[in-house]
Amino acid sequence: MNMQTETSTQTDNGVNVDALLGAREALTEAPAAAQFRWKATSKWMNGTHTRSACRGFFGLGEDQSHKTEFTFDTDHPEVFASEDNGATPVEMVLVGLAGCLTAGIATVAQNRDIQLNSVTASIEGSMDLAGILGIDGDVRNGFDDVQVNFEVDADAPREDIEALVAQSQKRSAVYDIITNPTNVSVNVK
Amino acid sequence: MNAHSKDCASVRERSSLRGGGVRRAPVIIIGAGHAGLAMSRCLTERSIDHVVLERGEVANSWRHERWDSLRLLTPNWLTRLPGWRYRGSDPDGFMSASEVTGVIDRYATLVGAPVQIGTTVERVEPAEGGYLIRTDRGPWHARCVVLASGAFQLPNVPAASSAVPEPVQQFTAKDYRNPGQLPDGGVLVVGASATGLQLAEEIHRSGRPVTLSVGEHVRMPRTYRGLDIQYWLKSTGLLDESWRTVDDIVRARRVPSPQLVGTPEGKSLDLNALSDQGIALVGRLAGISSGRVHFSGGLKNHCTMADLKQNRLLGSIDEYAESTGLTPAIGAKARFEPTRVPDSPRLQIALGGGEVRSIVWATGLRPDYSWLRVPVFDPRGRLKHEGGVIAAPGLYTLGLNFMRRRKSSFIHGAADDARDLSGHLATYLAGSRMPLAEAV
Repeated sequence: MNMQTETSTQTDNGVNVDALLGAREALTEAPAAAQFRWKATSKWMNGTHTRSACRGFFGLGEDQSHKTEFTFDTDHPEVFASEDNGATPVEMVLVGLAGCLTAGIATVAQNRDIQLNSVTASIEGSMDLAGILGIDGDVRNGFDDVQVNFEVDADAPREDIEALVAQSQKRSAVYDIITNPTNVSVNVK
Repeated sequence: MNAHSKDCASVRERSSLRGGGVRRAPVIIIGAGHAGLAMSRCLTERSIDHVVLERGEVANSWRHERWDSLRLLTPNWLTRLPGWRYRGSDPDGFMSASEVTGVIDRYATLVGAPVQIGTTVERVEPAEGGYLIRTDRGPWHARCVVLASGAFQLPNVPAASSAVPEPVQQFTAKDYRNPGQLPDGGVLVVGASATGLQLAEEIHRSGRPVTLSVGEHVRMPRTYRGLDIQYWLKSTGLLDESWRTVDDIVRARRVPSPQLVGTPEGKSLDLNALSDQGIALVGRLAGISSGRVHFSGGLKNHCTMADLKQNRLLGSIDEYAESTGLTPAIGAKARFEPTRVPDSPRLQIALGGGEVRSIVWATGLRPDYSWLRVPVFDPRGRLKHEGGVIAAPGLYTLGLNFMRRRKSSFIHGAADDARDLSGHLATYLAGSRMPLAEAV
């Protein structure tokens, strides 16, 4: 027991697991507080350039706010005859997946007393432009395949690292969003 | 059923002696399956008077609600009940449903269980000094009620099933008997537990091409290092792991049954074996809309997790074998080929296209407590209990997944659980000083 306690105080991935476990317990008792709404706003700049922002969101029964507003520019690259003022929206999806899975790895590692030294990922989403360009109706617009390759340096055997990565997928919102259908309503005011 | 006529007669005699509308017993057990009868035996040992109410015949679900080829996932040597164990000539075999029926039927006679067959419980409600049990053959009053009506009564069919277009026929593990029931043509089997894999294999063999939808699953070889996996699960203590000490009991109770099959040749059944036979694997069923069934793109991770968990299990078995000095006498350590997942598993199938003629939902079964009118359910409708002791005095349940131990839902698990709970029940009856009303 002493050994374990010692290990757990030494492992520091910067994740407050106690707070997360506390939240899990609290939200099990109060399911309404677990209902969150994530929000973004966007404004067309020019051409294919859009600037989006995230600040407020709803959760724990009331409006919440980030410490500061985060803005994101999306655009298309010059090969699409655009000005390339930002990442493409589909790259933003890959960014979201990377952020979500990596956060999951850090959290699960902390919970399992595994010290991470470095976690890097390269992500690729492949796409046939015949879809979005309307060349072939049988080709979908979105990714036909997404590959995520993690390199994890941690004080743990390979099997434990594989289990970390697997568990982070199991609990990842963005992984779920990408792998499963979601109802989307787009309205015009 | 003649075997029980004497017991039934004594039940009738008692009721007529009491007269009036409501018959009384200290304990009513609902269901004369292996669990209810195990409890009956334990109560008899403690000289606690009781009656077992059974909607159909003894072992009714085993007689009428199992598919034809079903065999137990546990070998005969492990199949035991309080005061009974297998003494036949094939300890390593796996009983068919009709053999299980025979065992339970003979067990009812052996333990002299006071079973009243053909009695359907319509409602259980609190009453002064206990509970009122309304049946289609008159009401009973009891201080204690044991719910042993089965953990696998209602199919968990996803809501999406209501969007399946008409020409596609739907079956569940409860009403499926054999491939001959299904229309010719393709079959979508949903679920990768023991049930899903077994049905997928036999349906595919019948010439109906099967697509298997795979979510979270438990991969396990039938034998490891020359011994049945159940031997290892038992001797390493996993089968007896307690609901009090297991990590995350809520999750543990939801784990699907391991991918096993009981066959004379003791073969393993896994997704690789099914792929080799030509069965197509797809991800978890994500939804059905506009006549198309959608599958999750997360198949690879579900398979990776099951492979990792299997290797952890085999690792702990190896450690156990090493520590107990078994190693020289048994087969060599082995790790099995990782699950082969297609590079691009299909993400959708159009149900109107004729490719899929029927869907078999092997998505699990749950108990039916629709007749239990006692406020003992959580907001999601699940029975609130602590190791089978329900959150209302004098109410007990049996046979649920990981109820008190990992083995609780298996036949041999009911023995220990019934012993434990009969002890609790006896203490409750002895300490209970509640006045029993003359009339209910």
